Amino acid sequence: MAKHETPLLDQLETGPWPSFVSDLKQAAEERAKNEKGIEYQIPVDVAEDLLGVLELSYKHGRTHWKHGGIVGVFGYGGGVIGRYCDQPEMFPGVAHFHTIRVNHPSGKFYTTKFLRELCDLWDFRGSGITNMHGSTGDIVLLGTTTPQIEEFYWELSHNMGQDIGGSGSCLRTPSDCIGSARCEYACYDTHAICYGLTQEYQDELHRPAFPYKFKFKFDGCPNCCVASIARSDLSFIGTWKDDIKIDQEAVKAYVGGEFAPNAGAHAGRDWGAFDIQKEVVDLCPTKCMKYDGGKLSVNTPECTRCMHCINTMPRALRIGDDRGCSLLVGAKAPILDGAQMGSLLVPFVEVNPDNEYQAIKDVIEPLWDWWMEEGKNRERIGELIKRQGFRRMLEETGIEPVPQHVQEPRTNPYIFWKEEEVEGGWTRDIDKFRKDHLR
Amino acid sequence: MAFVSSGYNPDKPMENRLSDLGPRKYDEFYPEVIKNNKGKWLYHEILEPGVLVHVSETGDEVFTVRAGGCRLMSTTHIREICEIAEKHCDGHVRFTTRNNIEFMVDAKEKVEPLKKDLESRKFNGGSMKFPVGGTGAGITNIVHTQGWIHCHTPATDASGPVKAAMDVLFDDFKSMRLPAHLRVSLACCLNMCGAVHCSDIAILGYHRKPPLLDHEYLDKMCEIPLAIAACPTAAIKPSKVDFKGKELKSVAVKDDRCMYCGNCYTMCPSMPLADTEGDGIVLMAGGKVSNRISIPKFSKVVVAFIPNEAPRWPKTTAIIKNMVEAYSNGANKYERLGEWAERIGWERFFEACELDFTHHLIDDFRDPAYLTWRQTSQFKFSK
Repeated sequence: MAKHETPLLDQLETGPWPSFVSDLKQAAEERAKNEKGIEYQIPVDVAEDLLGVLELSYKHGRTHWKHGGIVGVFGYGGGVIGRYCDQPEMFPGVAHFHTIRVNHPSGKFYTTKFLRELCDLWDFRGSGITNMHGSTGDIVLLGTTTPQIEEFYWELSHNMGQDIGGSGSCLRTPSDCIGSARCEYACYDTHAICYGLTQEYQDELHRPAFPYKFKFKFDGCPNCCVASIARSDLSFIGTWKDDIKIDQEAVKAYVGGEFAPNAGAHAGRDWGAFDIQKEVVDLCPTKCMKYDGGKLSVNTPECTRCMHCINTMPRALRIGDDRGCSLLVGAKAPILDGAQMGSLLVPFVEVNPDNEYQAIKDVIEPLWDWWMEEGKNRERIGELIKRQGFRRMLEETGIEPVPQHVQEPRTNPYIFWKEEEVEGGWTRDIDKFRKDHLR
Repeated sequence: MAFVSSGYNPDKPMENRLSDLGPRKYDEFYPEVIKNNKGKWLYHEILEPGVLVHVSETGDEVFTVRAGGCRLMSTTHIREICEIAEKHCDGHVRFTTRNNIEFMVDAKEKVEPLKKDLESRKFNGGSMKFPVGGTGAGITNIVHTQGWIHCHTPATDASGPVKAAMDVLFDDFKSMRLPAHLRVSLACCLNMCGAVHCSDIAILGYHRKPPLLDHEYLDKMCEIPLAIAACPTAAIKPSKVDFKGKELKSVAVKDDRCMYCGNCYTMCPSMPLADTEGDGIVLMAGGKVSNRISIPKFSKVVVAFIPNEAPRWPKTTAIIKNMVEAYSNGANKYERLGEWAERIGWERFFEACELDFTHHLIDDFRDPAYLTWRQTSQFKFSK
């Protein structure tokens, strides 16, 4: 017998898509039975009360959570988010229901041993309810009480060798795409650099000292599977400089219908026979491709590496060998002055683990220094660039301006010249001027 | 429920403390076939919806079966994932950035039993635990935020509308009939901690009423300057109010400047803004993050408001379904929803999707607004 009636939520148990309501119910039941004899450190009926408070929200059309409370672990300024229910007497199991972010491994690969250890710990010291995963990438553990936070962290760090993630005005937990671990498009090892820079910047991650949040996301290629260009203050997008490698025999196999285009992604509809001219050459945004006499060619200097031809014929076309990544800065969601995509700052940089990504750190650190010096409270770096200008960012990072920085040059001539750029400077002698120009 | 100490000594918090460990290293979690072939992959193929093969230059193959999952997940469910991974995949599993679960095997004959196992598992309520799909030119899992399950500023739930929408879009999770892939995302308030602003279709929770002011408690519970500073549009100012004959320090809100973001509520619990009638859903469309063919695009607001219709949000899901069908019928192969809308013109998009155009959809928020108005005599007449 359920603790709370949930007639509205019950309607989300039908239909084919996995029902989180059914899952919460099975979790509630398992916790109540406690066949493993766990000495639960927070209320046993936490999942029931979570269903209860959610049902009340479904009835009211309003949330029943309060923000707040400073909770965390000693020495860190983030990773735990305080959360309290606004109906603690009706739902005592979730009266105090804090979130813990756990820094996920690169690529979100797991062994079941790790997941089971984490489940055991979270059943014991928390609600047993999680997000796999949160929007930024962390494993999100939903719901525990204040006294359990240090205890949880102690066991997580001592027994599992695992740390929590970031929250607040810090470097948020970096995340990446699957990369070269299982993708032929990856232009660099996203997992290695994501892990490497996460370790390098542990202090920035755990001890919020920035004006606001800062996100790194690592996309192995311009397909952007982790949406770095839209969702990260510093977006790493894999790219290459040399020729796309072409296997002409495989091109013929696509043309002849032997291989399905786009790796079979369009198999659910009859789109007719594959037409390389129409589907690849004509759709190329720079028209740098030719299919002539059974031979496909790419005019490499004109290619902007959009990935369309490679996506469409993955068995025939491969990324080049002179690989690295582009760095784009300042993406954010719309609040407040509108959404921003990342803007290209570094067209190409090597991704070199052997010198611990020095060339990339040489961009990151001046950007942070500038933002920490000049950024206002809760100002993302993308907003600082808008406020102080792209030129200022170039000066701070020592990067030379190139036409690749813009879609088009400015349409107004209101250039703020620097005094040293103008011959003779701005200090002039009015008397000397008046000798030639009478009052 | 006796307190069990972990070994942590609150009197000496630094004693034996471990910190700055970071995450565990990725390669200790790789399956054997990934370890052996990392960086050596030649190409991949989608064998059927939800099943991929990647082929390595070593001759090895890895077969991936992708299953949809709820990002809100209990340890009971995670243990079931572990059980499946132990039975079929030598104890390895991974999650995708869109909350799917990927089970990998190193031989083709292992695919069918794994798939069968996944598809046979059902929750007590009847829904599938691990539907296989979400690949290619179809609709994969909806990424989302917390909603009413765990957040203080949501204007809608997250898990519920996602479940309702995925039920309606389920056939497209299981098939690949669309012109290109179509990404749906949900954020439960305009702060968009799940940045949905570049999705083919975005479901966004939105408040429409300025905060309530709990004058009696406001000065006791809040730092007034922090609440004022939290407002992105400078709509809040300090104010003295008369409360039952007593003058209290509080704030005043300039209602017509408020954009209902709830940032003040984050700083000050005496300024709640949730409201049954005020809160609901905005639909946005036409965004993308990929650089393929055209450059990344922001999503555009196409429906200004739909009331919250718990538990299944039927109007929201019906409009989404309609948009997907119109896109499916109208777009060329490889064309994303936003590319299709731009090719036919947004005036045609509203016709094709049977959506009303109202003044709410014309941008009037600061500088970027002008760039979205039509500065040409080229347009199409409505039919």
